Amino acid sequence: MPAALELQNVTKQYPGAGGAPAVADLSLRVEPGETCVLVGPSGSGKTTAMRMVNRMVDMTSGDILIDGRSVMRSDPAELRRHIGYVIQNVGLFPHRTALQNIGTVPQLLGWPRERIVARARELADLVGLDPALADRYPGQMSGGQRQRVGVARALAADPPLMLMDEPFGALDPITRDHLQGEFERLKERVSTTIVFVTHDIDEAIRLGDRIAILREGGGLAQYATPGELLLHPADAFVEEFVGADRALKRLALMQVSDCELEPVGAVPAGSAAMRDDTSLRDALAALLSDPDGRLPIVDAEGRPIGVLALETVHAKLRVEAGAPSPG
Amino acid sequence: MSALASILSDFGEALEFIFTERESRAGGSEIGGTQLLGLLADHLALSAVALAIGIAVAVPLGIWLGHTGRGTFLAVGIANVGRAVPSIALIALFFAFLGTGFVNVALALALLAIPPILANAYVGIRLVEPDTVDAARGMGMTGPQIVRRVELPLALPLVVGGIRTSAVNVVATAAIAPLAGVSSLGDPIIAFGVYGESGRLGASIVVAAVAVATEVTFGLAQRLADPLPSTRRTVPA
Repeated sequence: MPAALELQNVTKQYPGAGGAPAVADLSLRVEPGETCVLVGPSGSGKTTAMRMVNRMVDMTSGDILIDGRSVMRSDPAELRRHIGYVIQNVGLFPHRTALQNIGTVPQLLGWPRERIVARARELADLVGLDPALADRYPGQMSGGQRQRVGVARALAADPPLMLMDEPFGALDPITRDHLQGEFERLKERVSTTIVFVTHDIDEAIRLGDRIAILREGGGLAQYATPGELLLHPADAFVEEFVGADRALKRLALMQVSDCELEPVGAVPAGSAAMRDDTSLRDALAALLSDPDGRLPIVDAEGRPIGVLALETVHAKLRVEAGAPSPG
Repeated sequence: MSALASILSDFGEALEFIFTERESRAGGSEIGGTQLLGLLADHLALSAVALAIGIAVAVPLGIWLGHTGRGTFLAVGIANVGRAVPSIALIALFFAFLGTGFVNVALALALLAIPPILANAYVGIRLVEPDTVDAARGMGMTGPQIVRRVELPLALPLVVGGIRTSAVNVVATAAIAPLAGVSSLGDPIIAFGVYGESGRLGASIVVAAVAVATEVTFGLAQRLADPLPSTRRTVPA
């Protein structure tokens, strides 16, 4: 069962930090099963905020509730065994095989041996780890493989809540894109609430159900769904942080199938067809390089279902934006 | 030419001393040969006790200092003092204040054994990747579980390496134990009047051999202590 997470006026003040708190009066609520992405520049306290949830860092004031129960009422080690934890450099145990690493938390929880092994295999399969790697040591795996094991290890005991600190930050762009895609699918298959920290706004938009943008000094600038954030940035800071290309980012969140298509008859000869589950951003790129600005669209089975025009994409953006918004 | 012959002849006599018994120079007792076995046993017993005390003190202390991250100053300080004080001076000081006898010599040698073991245990724990320890903590391991399951196994080759250095030091230094009235392979080296030149050289060769054997044995142990797979791939890629 995924947990509800609530941060109530959480403040973290490191001693001797010149009076400026790392996290200042942060309040937000994550609904069960949602992925909440904490995003912000360096020094915005996003990692500190995440680490206070499993008490790797203790808060100075405020409270954090998991399913209504304060984390301060649990023994830290016991609390952490029920919260998945993934960090940027994975931190796999180099002297343990992939399967042994995945079985860490079940072992701490005292599961019987056969159940640990069965569960570890199940998880390795879930995160798409090649079975040939099960008995390899971390030193014998690539960065992407290690991070898969890291995610499997965090999910092993079926935690109601999972914390991920820039899990894909240290990977090359191609592996990162691949693992982000897998993570999107994985989210659908596991029922857990996720708090995900990143400094990459594109990653936040792609993976988050809700995004909390933190500003330097650890204050909450805006907490909204990706669509809202791109459409109605709360202030100049958020607007700058999401970037000048936020129209393009919004297109990335939509698919061709979200648009009204023109009838099939108007297909110009010689244009390569595009599937209707393509993102509008990719469709726009193709439209821009098409001499007529028109593309035939097919469904998943390859049947022609209409034609997408450049104007349609433009109109779609304007409709989505609705009445002219302030700012 | 004659100098070489003389060295070879000395060496030959020393080897003969190691393998065959003869009457001592003053007469009355058998020396050399199997008599050395008794001295060897004394030597190893003394070294083992000293090393065991050294391990019992330095390993837990080094691990604790490394785990808590406290006491860099202490660990480095002890290691440097250990390096700066010559072993003979240490033992002389010890006798001057505590007197002679097996226990005192063993303690003096243990003091000699502590710095390398302490420094290696401390460094071994500190060298474990901070991310690995952070992940262990974040998954709910308690402090002792982190030490037992993560830090110690990963630090073990270095810990054993420290023990290896100390073992060789102790075995070599135990040769001066007879100065404090404790029997060891140092007897023939020190009691020239009883053993003569061939006894001195013969015993020196044995002490050197024991030191080399100690080095080799602990070197093997160090390799066995490595929890990581060998660098050769276990599965063909």
